[in-house]
Amino acid sequence: MKAKEFNIKWGMVIDLDKCTGCGACMTACQVENNIAPMVDSSNKLRTLSWMLVFEMSNKKPCPDAEIAYLPRPCMQCGNPACVPVCPVVATDKNEEGGIVSQIYPRCIGCRYCMAACPYHARYFNWEDPIFPKGMEKALSPSTSTRPRGVVEKCNFCHTRLQNAKDKVRMEGGNPEALPDGAYMPACSEVCPTGAITFGDLKNPEHKVHELAKSENAFRLLEKLGLAPQVYYMSKREWVRKLGDNYAATGKPGAEKKHS
Amino acid sequence: MDRALFPEGLERCSFGKFALWMGFITAFFLFGLYAMLLIFAKGIVVTGLDNYFGFGLWITFDLAVIALGAGAFFTGFLKYILKIDQLKNIINLTVIVGFICYSGAMLVLTMDIGQPIRAWFGYWHPNVHSMLTEVIFCITCYCLVLVIEFVPLVLEQKQLNKIPFLHHLAHNMHVNMALFAGIGAFLSTFHQGSLGGMYGVLIGRPYAFREGFFIWPWTFFLFVLSAVGCGPIFTVLCCTFMEKLTGRKLVDFKTKALMGKIAGTMLTVYIFFKILDTWAWANNYLPSVGMTFDQMFYGVIYGKWLMFTEIILCGVVPAIMLITPSIRNNPTLLYTAGILDCIGITLNRYLFTVQAIAIPLMPFDNWQFYAPNWAEWATSGMIVAYGFLVMSLSYRYLPVFPQEKMLNK
Ligand code: SF4
Ligand code: SF4
Repeated sequence: MKAKEFNIKWGMVIDLDKCTGCGACMTACQVENNIAPMVDSSNKLRTLSWMLVFEMSNKKPCPDAEIAYLPRPCMQCGNPACVPVCPVVATDKNEEGGIVSQIYPRCIGCRYCMAACPYHARYFNWEDPIFPKGMEKALSPSTSTRPRGVVEKCNFCHTRLQNAKDKVRMEGGNPEALPDGAYMPACSEVCPTGAITFGDLKNPEHKVHELAKSENAFRLLEKLGLAPQVYYMSKREWVRKLGDNYAATGKPGAEKKHS
Repeated sequence: MDRALFPEGLERCSFGKFALWMGFITAFFLFGLYAMLLIFAKGIVVTGLDNYFGFGLWITFDLAVIALGAGAFFTGFLKYILKIDQLKNIINLTVIVGFICYSGAMLVLTMDIGQPIRAWFGYWHPNVHSMLTEVIFCITCYCLVLVIEFVPLVLEQKQLNKIPFLHHLAHNMHVNMALFAGIGAFLSTFHQGSLGGMYGVLIGRPYAFREGFFIWPWTFFLFVLSAVGCGPIFTVLCCTFMEKLTGRKLVDFKTKALMGKIAGTMLTVYIFFKILDTWAWANNYLPSVGMTFDQMFYGVIYGKWLMFTEIILCGVVPAIMLITPSIRNNPTLLYTAGILDCIGITLNRYLFTVQAIAIPLMPFDNWQFYAPNWAEWATSGMIVAYGFLVMSLSYRYLPVFPQEKMLNK
């Protein structure tokens, strides 16, 4: 299947050599998107973390042991596994920019999309969100909360895109050609080491355009053919190889053989 | 005391004994009902499912009962369309088993979705590209067809049948049964296939993904074949189980062996293609996405032995047993083959549901484990209990087995 293309392609390039695994992106995401803390969050397979930092290791003994951290948002795949399976069109890739939407009032919670996504980017609301007393005053006014029983995921802080467009409109600019940095998800804004660069992958004026083409750039599980809009980069070969499932060719980001 | 309701000229156990039996089954049913109400009230947080295992026991159970219930459409097809008359001896039972399986599966599905009150969105806002949409539509329609096939049997109940209108209605429905059998066969083939298609289209799940023909991945065809390869023999097993419980002969062995032959033939075709498919998957597809066969399995509970059990012990072995006349005509061996066959198909559905999503694809991720908890078992048990209740009532009051009188002279 061919990846769906738009004129604008919002994407990230995450430099894994810069990521320290501090988790600021995860926290910023939770705040921005009004994710309620769970009453009992001891089962990590049930918590909501649209942005999740994974730890990678080269599995070598000391002194060669190395660690890397990999922040994983939704990849907003060009050929998403989740979209065609949804029985009720509660998730779609149909907007300029290529962000994969999630329509909470439409979702029936069948979780077929979760079974489909190999990146585990989708989360189910096991309980209704309950915000601890006082916290409701700090909720973000632009993001809706989700009821129990529906699936949710990262949407590159979609309301920030709307706001950025509004702002440019008001200033008399073209909302379909946002300058680099005008729109930024919370995670990339907050990252203290600047590991997450965000922008339009197709716009040569945006930094990500060049970064994604760098020889150190790769995409997770490239060979499965989901065409993610999130790129990673690392100077370390083992990190690049690990990202593409030790792809048989050994070349990071190698053309996939399978269609 | 309910003797007047028994089918013409047949003996049934005393009402007290029957009430005791029904009470025993109802206890299981009520326990499951309690779990179900709890799930509707509190949500599926009470189950053992999580974000890694969105699908678990329920979906496996659904797929398994739908495959096992395939005896209804396939036998109907053979009886009414291909006119294999001998199957009239068991056709009623296949309809009841099918009805129980499908209605039970639909009930489980409403529990399984996170927002049960939005269940109708599946009809109202369908995504025509989703295999699940096709499943939703076909299962609903086919369940209605099964109701239509079941109704005349209910109307033939001795007392109801005395009412002229109902008598004629039942008769007319019977006359047109070939039409419904045809519709049923069509709908059933499609959703059995779409259930397989549901997994085959998962580009992100190498265990399940398959290429295919036009829009249908190979799993589409494999699921149809495997369903017709186990459905008929499952009906035979149900029948034999009922015979053991009631102590009466219900269907002659010749008919059972014929069902075994039908299932065996289809199973043989299925297992042939399944082996080819698995071979191609392991040698062509997996390497093409940078994976190996070994990566698909782990430890004991996700071990390779599962796949070998599914394909060899519970696939090739029963297939050979069922197509060999001398083995098939021995009751014990026929039933053994039948049990292996049904286990094999259930295991296949389990592997596609749970193993497929358990495999950690991101190389830095880990295998996770899933164990269904009491709420999932109780509700699945409720469906089984519901099946027992419907079957017990049908056996006691409806003329299900045309040969019963003759066989128990
Ligand atoms: S990462 Fe997963 S949820 Fe996000 S678009 Fe891709 S398949 Fe869908
Ligand atoms: S859980 Fe919601 S978004 Fe996902 S496939 Fe089901 S209905 Fe669609």
